Amino acid sequence: MTEIQASPAHLPSYNVGYLDEQTKRMIRRALLRGIAIPGFQVPFASREVPMPRGWGTGGVQVTASIIGESDTLKVIDQGADDTTNAVSIRAFFAKVAGAATTTHTEEASIIQTRHRIPEAELGEDQIMVYQVPIPEPLRFLEPRETETRRMHALEEYGLIYVKLYEDIAKFGHIATTYAYPVIVNGRYLMDPSPTPSFDNPKLHQSPALHLYGAGREKRIYAVPPYTDVVSLGFEDHPFQPQVFEQPCAVCGSTGVYLDEIITDDEGGVMYACSDTDHCERTVAAVAALADLETEEVYA
Amino acid sequence: MYVAVKGGEKAIANAHALLAKEGRGDAASPRVTYEQIAGQMPVLVARVMNEGSMYDRELAARAILQAQGDVLEAITLVRSYRTTLPRYGYTEPVDTAELPPQRRVSATFKDIPGGQQLGATFDYTHRLFAENGFGGPTIEDENEVEHDEEMPRVADLLGAEALMEPERPRGFEDVEPSDITREPMVFPISRAERLQALARGDEGFLLSLGYSTQRGFGRTHPFVGEVRVGEVEVDYVAPELGFAVPLGRIELTECQMVNQFTGSADTPAQFTRGYGLVFGRAERKAMSMSLVDRALRHEEFAERIVAPAQDEEFVVTHADNVEAAGFVEHLKLPHYVDFQAELGLVRRLNKEFHERADVAASAPAAEETEALA
Repeated sequence: MTEIQASPAHLPSYNVGYLDEQTKRMIRRALLRGIAIPGFQVPFASREVPMPRGWGTGGVQVTASIIGESDTLKVIDQGADDTTNAVSIRAFFAKVAGAATTTHTEEASIIQTRHRIPEAELGEDQIMVYQVPIPEPLRFLEPRETETRRMHALEEYGLIYVKLYEDIAKFGHIATTYAYPVIVNGRYLMDPSPTPSFDNPKLHQSPALHLYGAGREKRIYAVPPYTDVVSLGFEDHPFQPQVFEQPCAVCGSTGVYLDEIITDDEGGVMYACSDTDHCERTVAAVAALADLETEEVYA
Repeated sequence: MYVAVKGGEKAIANAHALLAKEGRGDAASPRVTYEQIAGQMPVLVARVMNEGSMYDRELAARAILQAQGDVLEAITLVRSYRTTLPRYGYTEPVDTAELPPQRRVSATFKDIPGGQQLGATFDYTHRLFAENGFGGPTIEDENEVEHDEEMPRVADLLGAEALMEPERPRGFEDVEPSDITREPMVFPISRAERLQALARGDEGFLLSLGYSTQRGFGRTHPFVGEVRVGEVEVDYVAPELGFAVPLGRIELTECQMVNQFTGSADTPAQFTRGYGLVFGRAERKAMSMSLVDRALRHEEFAERIVAPAQDEEFVVTHADNVEAAGFVEHLKLPHYVDFQAELGLVRRLNKEFHERADVAASAPAAEETEALA
């Protein structure tokens, strides 16, 4: 165990990786329990971390507990590596854990994220770490923890179906666009964190391990590799993720999640990839292909 | 052509530099030192120690300075350090009856054994700006009063007459106290856990909740049995030694709220207790805590739950200001991915609404024609 040393100037000092070893062990145990019961919310003694609650403190604790010397960390927020909070969390781990970092999805062994799953297909050697604000998919239907815990225990999920039904009765279709509820491994109802429902299909039978950390709410849950993750729906009103009609204006990708960017004050907009790594690399690939074609022409 | 916004790293560095500049003020005026804060702002330091759950004046003062006086930011700083410290165990219960009070007042009796003692209080100061800028008399005005008389706790005096609920109810088991900072909190929680949560809870939130019970939202008929402030010795039984060793002294504020209770089917009429114990001089916090503690004990007295202050899950989950502040403030983080999803939905709903309106606008005309026919 690494002990905390008092520094000479009476300034407090911190353990390697910030969290103390006992805490890391406690969190790893919660993670193992979560993996053993896919989709089940494991209560854990969440610690304060040096960023405010709601800014990824659950994800930070999970990452701090699993990151090792051989890991390469990627951090995204809204799909982008360069959003300020992603930059800040990446810098935090580089500072306290001496972690190697990357912005390339394929190179990362751990990807901490807020609100997105990368466009690139994930592999068996990759772990996704999600920052979760409200882990309880039933919370806005039932505010009491004591009550929702009982509902999960009894697999009493009628309420959420009623909510979706009410959407259909009122609007003619389901009106949930993010944090779209899923059933994991045929048992637990789970909130896939506020990722857009566009990303839900990526969880089903994913080869990667998906870990969810809710720091303020003190819950950890997981989707192990190759697990069934089914988005809720009805036979006549099946789950429908978002569809974008236009391609990315920067790289031309289709079938990806797009950000709407306001370009002027006269209603002008453009759409570009939310996944910045995907976008940059598609641009590079297109350019390389063009170069190749040019070379061929001149050859 | 849109170019992806880059430079998050540089923006953060620049923001931090600007923050440092804003916190420096006039460069010609000397910097405030943490020693000055620890010595001259003891009430503020006490608040940061309480809600930061760590008794360390120096670190609390450093936190206040580093946070440029943002109390919640300072508390977060203290907590984020405290949580990384190894836990060795817990101390022996402190004996507040033995502490020589620097201040001790009771509202329930005119005179009490050991006497009333005002001590250091703002209570009877006139809230007028003072000429010397330091608010009130100078140190030379103080008259030293010697106290060697015993000062038993007022709640114990009533207890002797069996008019007060016993400190330890029948069938009380002295179980290992759990530590809410080390073990997951799962509702319903024990009173020990609840008191821990209240002790580190936001002073303002507890004040308002306590106040709400006074205004009828879960009324508890409170009287201040006693408020006392003083220093107490902290003893710790080290497992390898087997006996208690003193760790040092800490300043505490204790409040015993005495609440009228008319009795229930199996309990005679008596007074009940609400308890508050906090670090340093933090009387308002201790009083608020004891009001809320009593309100939350409704189950023990078979009282009806009618008010927010009686709702354990509501009170405890929302009393933590580090969590509350973080989650409220996280709304300023980018949410454009989810917003985009909502934008798509609202556009669709909007379109569908107008389509329906168009259909409806043409339909009544048809009906009218039918009616006329």
